[in-house]
Amino acid sequence: MDTFIAYLIPGIFTGAAYAIAASGLVLTYTTTRVFNIAHGAFGMVMSFIFWDFSQKQGLPVWLSLILVLGLVAPLTGLLVQRFIARGLGEAPVSVSLVVTVGLFVGLIGAAQAIWKPEPRFVPPLFADELGNDKSITIGETVVTAQQMITVGASIAVAVGLYLLLTRTRIGTAMRASVDNPELLKLYGGKPDTVAGLSWAIGISLAALGGILLVPAVGLDYYQLTLLVINAYAAAMVGRLKNLPLTFVGAMALGIADSMALGYISTDSVFADIRPVIPPLFLFAALVLLPQAQLRIGQVKGIVSAPVPSVPRMVVTGGVFLVVLLAVVSPMSEANLLLVGTAATYAMVMLSLVLLTGYGGHVSLAQLTFAGVGALAYAKLDSPNLYGLLMSALIAVAVGALVALPVLRLTGLYLALSTLAFGVLMDKVVFQNERAFGFGGALEAQRLSFFGNTVETTQAYVMVMGVFFVLVAIGILLLRRGVLGRLLVAMRDSPAACGTLGLDLRWARVGLFGLSAGVAGLAGALFAGLRGTIGAADFQYFNSLPLLLLAVVFGVTSVTGATLGGIGLMLLPVLSGSNPIAGGIVFLIIGFGAVFAGRDPNGLANLLFRLGRLLQTRVLNRIDLNLPQLPSTAAFTRTKTPTREVSGGELFDDGYDEPTPVAVGAGSAPGTDRTKEGQ
Amino acid sequence: MSLLEVDDVVVQFGGVTAVNHATFEAEAGRVTGLIGPNGAGKTTCFNVISGLQRPTKGKVRFNGRTVTSVPVHRRSKRGMGRTFQRLEAFGSLTVRENVRVALDIHRGLVGVLKPAKSDIDGLLERVGIRAYADERADSIPTGTARLLELARCLAGDPRLLLLDEPSSGLDETETDAFGDLLRDLAAEGRGILMVEHDMDLVMGVCDTIRVLDFGEVIAVGEPAAIRADKRVQQAYLGYSDDEPEHAAGEPDESDTEQTLVIPAVPVSEGATS
Repeated sequence: MDTFIAYLIPGIFTGAAYAIAASGLVLTYTTTRVFNIAHGAFGMVMSFIFWDFSQKQGLPVWLSLILVLGLVAPLTGLLVQRFIARGLGEAPVSVSLVVTVGLFVGLIGAAQAIWKPEPRFVPPLFADELGNDKSITIGETVVTAQQMITVGASIAVAVGLYLLLTRTRIGTAMRASVDNPELLKLYGGKPDTVAGLSWAIGISLAALGGILLVPAVGLDYYQLTLLVINAYAAAMVGRLKNLPLTFVGAMALGIADSMALGYISTDSVFADIRPVIPPLFLFAALVLLPQAQLRIGQVKGIVSAPVPSVPRMVVTGGVFLVVLLAVVSPMSEANLLLVGTAATYAMVMLSLVLLTGYGGHVSLAQLTFAGVGALAYAKLDSPNLYGLLMSALIAVAVGALVALPVLRLTGLYLALSTLAFGVLMDKVVFQNERAFGFGGALEAQRLSFFGNTVETTQAYVMVMGVFFVLVAIGILLLRRGVLGRLLVAMRDSPAACGTLGLDLRWARVGLFGLSAGVAGLAGALFAGLRGTIGAADFQYFNSLPLLLLAVVFGVTSVTGATLGGIGLMLLPVLSGSNPIAGGIVFLIIGFGAVFAGRDPNGLANLLFRLGRLLQTRVLNRIDLNLPQLPSTAAFTRTKTPTREVSGGELFDDGYDEPTPVAVGAGSAPGTDRTKEGQ
Repeated sequence: MSLLEVDDVVVQFGGVTAVNHATFEAEAGRVTGLIGPNGAGKTTCFNVISGLQRPTKGKVRFNGRTVTSVPVHRRSKRGMGRTFQRLEAFGSLTVRENVRVALDIHRGLVGVLKPAKSDIDGLLERVGIRAYADERADSIPTGTARLLELARCLAGDPRLLLLDEPSSGLDETETDAFGDLLRDLAAEGRGILMVEHDMDLVMGVCDTIRVLDFGEVIAVGEPAAIRADKRVQQAYLGYSDDEPEHAAGEPDESDTEQTLVIPAVPVSEGATS
């Protein structure tokens, strides 16, 4: 019994800290419809600022707390709402996910750039001169001041939020804003003020959660940021809207975590389970969510890169391979490996073109699927086309399995389940000795075709290039055909697809499976290229910069995937071994995605435009008024979509001027409603 | 046995009862109007019938079989088609592609393996939007997009058509043509259940009408009887014919700039076939 209480008390303490962070997440989501993936990252940065104030600058702890919670955090929240999150709630879920993932990565980059990695000691809030916490003893259990403060703070937060939401005018406006911000505006409310306030409170709560947990988990960029998964899990128990249930979820998670520490011995077969309790909890909470209802009432046309004709695809693919051959011929072994890595990333990004660009879904674990493919290829030990195909098929099955439990749910939840999956795979499978082996070095053979092994790295890179071109052409052909139209239709209006007779659940599982299969193929080829692979090659966190670069370079086109693959390969080269440079690179990518994330056509779009410019200038020698780039507004204001015309993807921008339209419920009275009012 | 039977359906959203013990039916080969003031629960009824909304209580029977817990897509496979009050066109696809997708879905796996050679343009011609075939669906006028939704439905050859305000956005000539089309579709044996605010069209084309108010069915009958019904007038205008007429209007439940059209309009000659 004493053991039980001894573990129950720290469990309650941890649960209370999770509850504080999770309630901030729920508050922001319910009032602005933006699920802030970067919630934990904000908590992490604020904890670093608190450390900076209280330890480095030497300010008193209480003053540092007031400064961070009362000034820096709310101000950050206001600025984020004003300049980043505004209007994001009405954008497609994929856009708000990408933007907040951008913040997530950007904030980690910023923290690394500002505060160099070094051991930092953060004493508990009421520590004595030696840094030891004050404590009292109940029975045989020691309860520290920090634990009591955390529990007290969580109660204060719960009561405070209850009073704010039910007893104040602004709280009523916050609740009204959940249902209809436009209507709130008509009645004299200020949705922007409401949104700003909820972001300010949200970030402050993230900061408080982070600061309270720091003495327990340490001041670490990743540890603190990823604690947010616990907050996600707790928030899911409250179905992202119910604060009391969120508190219950947080407590349950905190206690479960603590009990696992107490009752599962480190040498038992379940020893691995403790680090994965939060993602398992998140997954379970997602599976238990009720059936999502299909949203109706929106006409969404999304501008995407035009699909080239078949001859154009073939010619472009051929030219690409010739250029690749010319580039790799004089290369050293080390550089060849880099090119092969770029090809791998590019192919994983192709899988995102399918999933995100065409299908409108977001995966936060695409590199994990590549890892599944690589692991399967190495373990199958049949380095030929059969082994390659089987590896891809295993990845297809795993991808479908991830989507299967949550197939009743939509966008955000599907994305979160991929995140939970990524963490689970990394911690349970990839880091297990039975997977990549001790030290994470599993051998994989080079591919062979009908008994002829591709020995040289140069030839192998060319083989990867050929596979990339084939997959790219396959995806473009798919987009041109029946399945491509279906994907776009599902993205534009799931409700209409359902009422026309499409079983969306299985269509979604199929899409996830196919996309995972492409990523798995890339992983298998990568395994053959490197010869040895390990868990470090497929860390789940790296799926996030991969997604962001895919979007920044253009997740709707093969060109974007190609450029994105090269970009991602260059990251470690650019940052070298200097962690500060690495931080700055993260910072640039993260905030690049924050601002470019609203237009998934990305930088590839500029290329298409340049191609068009050259074509008109050089071939026709006629000065034309070039069409403008499709407005990012197409994503934020879904009822003013723009047009797409047919044409080639490469060197053909194919965009027309955005056309004002009169579609949907938002069309102006009198413009096309000639009949009413007679 | 009616093609569609809505039996004692209740839908509650928190404390609000959107549909309150509604019972009505729609017959094959007939156009049934479902009318009522804004917020009466008409679209919610459509959502329950088509499967997008689970009723709190009550049953929906289609073609003699209970479909209350059958998922959306299976109801469509059994012959239900619907259009939306707030448009649900596939904005990134052209008008022709919209219909092609509907055909592909209707034909299932066979459709994926062997693309249809059906006369899509003929279907577009039939609803009168052939000229827009190559336009992107998010760039066409509202009225045209509604007709596109109808064409998309027809691609699945449904036995029951649920049309949610199909004529808003059409001009007078187009509405007349649309009325003729509805009668043709009913003559083919299809049941049509139509929510509509244009009382000229409703009175002219419907064989029978059900009136909803505050989620309850308050009147059932032929157009002439409905027009004369005191409760209906009361529901729409807050007064009956006995009282002096004054302007009436209120915002639509989904801000589609609807203006209430006074129901007491003359029935066109020979409209009720």
